[in-house]
Amino acid sequence: MSEYSAGRSGFSPAYLDRVGSSFTDFLAAAAPDLLPGRRPVPQIPVGNVAPHGTTIVSVTYDGGVLMGGDRRATMGNLISSRDIEKVYPADAWSVIGIAGAAGIAIEMVRLYQVELEHYEKIEGLTLSLDGKANRLAQMIRGNLGAALQGLAVVPLFAGFDLDAAPGATPGRIFSYDVTGGNYEERGYSAVGSGSLFARNSLKKTWRPDLDGGAATRSLVEALYDAADDDSATGGPDPVRRLYPIVYRVDAEGTVRVPDDEIAAVASRITDERSAADGQG
Amino acid sequence: MTMPYYASPEQLMRDKSEYARKGISRGRSVAVVTYADGVLFIAENPSSTLHKVGELYDRIGFAAVGRYSEFESLRVAGVRLADVRGYSYNRRDVTGRVIANAYAQTLGEVFTQQMKPFEVELCVAEVGETPESDQLYRLTFDGSVVDEPDFVVMGGQAEAVSANLREHFLPGMGLAEALRVGVQALSAVSPATSAGNGGPALLTAEQLEVAVLDRRRPKRAFRRIAGAALRPLLDRQEEDGAVAGEEPHTAAHAPSVPQPGAPAGLGDPGAPDTGGTAGSGGEAPTT
Repeated sequence: MSEYSAGRSGFSPAYLDRVGSSFTDFLAAAAPDLLPGRRPVPQIPVGNVAPHGTTIVSVTYDGGVLMGGDRRATMGNLISSRDIEKVYPADAWSVIGIAGAAGIAIEMVRLYQVELEHYEKIEGLTLSLDGKANRLAQMIRGNLGAALQGLAVVPLFAGFDLDAAPGATPGRIFSYDVTGGNYEERGYSAVGSGSLFARNSLKKTWRPDLDGGAATRSLVEALYDAADDDSATGGPDPVRRLYPIVYRVDAEGTVRVPDDEIAAVASRITDERSAADGQG
Repeated sequence: MTMPYYASPEQLMRDKSEYARKGISRGRSVAVVTYADGVLFIAENPSSTLHKVGELYDRIGFAAVGRYSEFESLRVAGVRLADVRGYSYNRRDVTGRVIANAYAQTLGEVFTQQMKPFEVELCVAEVGETPESDQLYRLTFDGSVVDEPDFVVMGGQAEAVSANLREHFLPGMGLAEALRVGVQALSAVSPATSAGNGGPALLTAEQLEVAVLDRRRPKRAFRRIAGAALRPLLDRQEEDGAVAGEEPHTAAHAPSVPQPGAPAGLGDPGAPDTGGTAGSGGEAPTT
């Protein structure tokens, strides 16, 4: 605890040691108790007592990449939250969405955000997109012990590649498994309990050259389909005015798509489906 | 057996002070000036990669003169302290005062206990919601910390630059006006201008490192002004000596689409959702 209250006695040697630009590595030396991977792993499976986040979907389009997530968190058969946010900006050019044990996942996102910003401030440059994806893999790897006790965290990472070769799509998506495996996806991807249904939906609606509007619709529709068949994924909720959270990363940076826009897309989808003779 | 020489503590301290002061006075000066929308850092620095000015946290900036390796390690320590505190508490709990205290303690400790003191002088600047809540802390090599109003000048000919600034500084200047006053004060003593050994009357964009802490920017207030964004600001002041503070500074700000590879935070303050402000771990997720 004492190491990070450097106010009283000046900087401890770890602070002045000029090696490395990683915040996580620095914490491991100066305040290891703050790192999520350093805690004792529970001895018995505890998956049912912790809220779990569910479906995250990401699609590329001609100008970049979109990522969206539903708003539900579940705890066993209970809905523990209707308005949880599971997609976050990682930095100005990338977004991260999380499925799995919500507490650990959100802590990991916070650490990851600081990690990217820390690097940027110390080096004066942003990490490459592949560098960021790799860094996230290392964090997931550290969580393997907890994952085996039911506290798995599986992120989806997407970003705008500033170094993309001309002609190549600048929007890129990376998926992960619990062991920290890092796979680049082509076009679209989904993680979480409803991912199977979301991916099937995207298979039919997504095309490589979609524009932003069509890609947004494709993404919201995939979440709708996931909610249709997966009890742990929440659909659009016009009663409470809760809609999926969607972030867009394009040449201008990371922007959250306004709720009104998503609400309009979601209501168009529900209207079309109810018009189609009630078969969904 | 030779006996160690006795030196009185006063003599020791004097020698160390003199040593540190000599080291610092060899360097070029840095001016940190408050203006209407925040704090402006102006450094005479021909290098575009070895920075004298940097970002510590959302609302906190750093400027230094002296030995590069020493103040660079202090800057990194400051970034680390800020990030660790922000991560373990909340982003709002990181203040300039905490960082300035840590610097003061470290500098003081090194000055009294080590053979060689740090040859650096630092400024920690923080912007608040209003000009009245802006803070400038100046830290010297012996660990003394002073909370200064209006502006701080450090480095080689700090006294001369300070005197010049005191004459021309007005509270609440616009960005262009503050830059003009600052550059003019630095140019008056610089060896690279006609005041020194000949050259242009004022320092040029290539010889300057300029950055601002702009209170209107959400989250990360720090932004460098370089190259294409800096030149028009400097040119404007050469054309007509006094540029009104009401000039739209946004016009001279960095383009809203940052150059590829540019660090986040170089976007247009008028469009807060572009380049570098939307992301970067701003809000702590609260679920």
